[in-house]
Amino acid sequence: MSVIVAKQLTKTYVTGDIKVEAIRGVDFSIEPASFVSFIGPSGSGKSTLLNMIGCLDPPTAGLLEVVGQEITNLNRQDAARFRGEHIGFVFQDFNLIPVLTVFENVEYPLQMVQSWPKEKRRERVQEMLEAVGMGDQGNKYPSQISGGQKQRVAVARALVTNAKLVLADEPTANLDRETATMVIDLMKKMRDEYQTTFVFSTHDPRIVDNVEITFELEDGTLHRHETSAGGGHG
Amino acid sequence: MGNIFKLAARNLFRYKRRTMLTSMLITLGVVAVLLFISISGSFKSLMIGQITDSMLGHIQIHKKGYLASVDSLPLNRNLTGKQIDKVVQVLGEENAVEAYSMRIRLGAMFSNFTETTNIRLNAVTPTDEMKTAPLLTERILEGEQDGLLKPGELLIPELIAKGMKVKVGDGIVLVANNKDGSVNGQNFMVRGILEGISGPGGRDGMVHIDDAKALLRIGAAEVSEIAIRLKDIDQLQGVYASLQQNLGGMQNQQGQPVFEVHTWEAISPFFNIAKMIDLMTFFIKIMLVAIVLVSIMNVMIMAVYERINEIGTISAIGTLPSKILGLFVVEGFLMGVLGTAVGTIISLVSIAVMNATQISFDFGRQTGLLLSPTIGANDVILVVVIVIAIAVIASLQPAWKASKMDPITALKHV
Repeated sequence: MSVIVAKQLTKTYVTGDIKVEAIRGVDFSIEPASFVSFIGPSGSGKSTLLNMIGCLDPPTAGLLEVVGQEITNLNRQDAARFRGEHIGFVFQDFNLIPVLTVFENVEYPLQMVQSWPKEKRRERVQEMLEAVGMGDQGNKYPSQISGGQKQRVAVARALVTNAKLVLADEPTANLDRETATMVIDLMKKMRDEYQTTFVFSTHDPRIVDNVEITFELEDGTLHRHETSAGGGHG
Repeated sequence: MGNIFKLAARNLFRYKRRTMLTSMLITLGVVAVLLFISISGSFKSLMIGQITDSMLGHIQIHKKGYLASVDSLPLNRNLTGKQIDKVVQVLGEENAVEAYSMRIRLGAMFSNFTETTNIRLNAVTPTDEMKTAPLLTERILEGEQDGLLKPGELLIPELIAKGMKVKVGDGIVLVANNKDGSVNGQNFMVRGILEGISGPGGRDGMVHIDDAKALLRIGAAEVSEIAIRLKDIDQLQGVYASLQQNLGGMQNQQGQPVFEVHTWEAISPFFNIAKMIDLMTFFIKIMLVAIVLVSIMNVMIMAVYERINEIGTISAIGTLPSKILGLFVVEGFLMGVLGTAVGTIISLVSIAVMNATQISFDFGRQTGLLLSPTIGANDVILVVVIVIAIAVIASLQPAWKASKMDPITALKHV
């Protein structure tokens, strides 16, 4: 079963008398444990598409199923619940909560969104921190770690809830070349280990070179390119 | 819920200076209100205590119409023996009554054999009067306090003592008109000088009730007023209502009411000052509410504005709007609690210090009144509840705005 199914997906923004069709009736599907990127020039609609998949922005028309659930008409509350349960996010600016330690940042979705019991939660957080190579940095605050480490923590936070899907918006844009490569490798490793689908919105050729499927967006329309790169997942 | 408190506390700690300044403002407001309540309350209690315990009693019962013509001290509006018996019977059934005193109030001519002046007098049974007005003996500036007075003795107000140059032990003559208009005179010895205090009857002299009856040629049982002291002044309204029910409704054969019952509040003009103090306390509380409302709302609006991106993040990763609302409301709540806790501690310590340093003040002709501020648990709890409730209310609007924020717009915010 596909993780994401979109049929005739459309997003139109209306400002006064001006209508802008950001996404024009696109069809696509993404299989579980894929490494997928949406690429395209600025304004092509890749962030809009990612926002729709992430249940942050409802489509204007069409059908959108994520992890087997139609999310087209979810209200605000249900959309938040759905995101908390099934989707992990990795942001360009890492977006860690500055007043929480590394450990607490990863713990946040389990504590504030999913209400896991304390012992189970702590165990899971430590496991994820170990998995991203931050096992010994749990007591540090975001201001005390590097950009690459922050993004590792963000990946751990995205995966800690056993999310089936991780959406990453330009996750390497604020990282140097070496760190970016490390983060991409980490995400691939996580994909292999946890069978999670990673969907990127990116300009970064290093990501594009590592994904199996690339969707190129141009003026709201979609072209699919399959590559052999990054294969070999379980 | 504990997680929300932890996160809210950390966010407050993030902006230490701002949190401290706002909490200090709330602290200042709480201290101002609690100190005002305790000092004004102490002043009020002191004055009420002075008035009721050394003069008026808590409740007075008269014949209907007596108070309206009290300036002329009318003897023809005295309570009769039958009426007194009825009052005594009703008072006997009131458990809250500690003591009562029967008084005859009269006007007389006071002569020291060289000069003459008018004097207003309360004629009392000393034992009853001392139980009803226990601070009365403390008003005796010169002369013996024990036993108040005996037949043939007189307590005179200090103004007359000074004006007429009369001293303790001097002999004087009182001449009074009785009910029929005839005049009678009697010799007395000045037993003591009575301190004048503010309010009705505060500058009256005092004689034994048996002497007054002889002077006025009253044969039967007859009194002008019955002053009542309660075991606890907080029972005032309850006892008053009960007496009104049992006595106020009684009518004579002509269908006219027989008795009038008044609390000290209706008799003493100080009650208006007490009401003014209550009104000022109310307005100070309103000012406190305004301080808390404006300061917390301002800080919370700033907090939401500064953390738009963060709100977008927690919203995107699935935090429910109700939890985001809770997070900001708890921040306001904690700031209210912090300011109130510090303010309450400072206030209680200040009150203890004021009591230890024995601050005195003058009021009217009374000097050296000792200020002993106290504050009831009810007042403290009320102020604490008001401040915390207003802090929560002030946080609601910014918190609501945060919870309704579109995550995409919030995430784009720089």
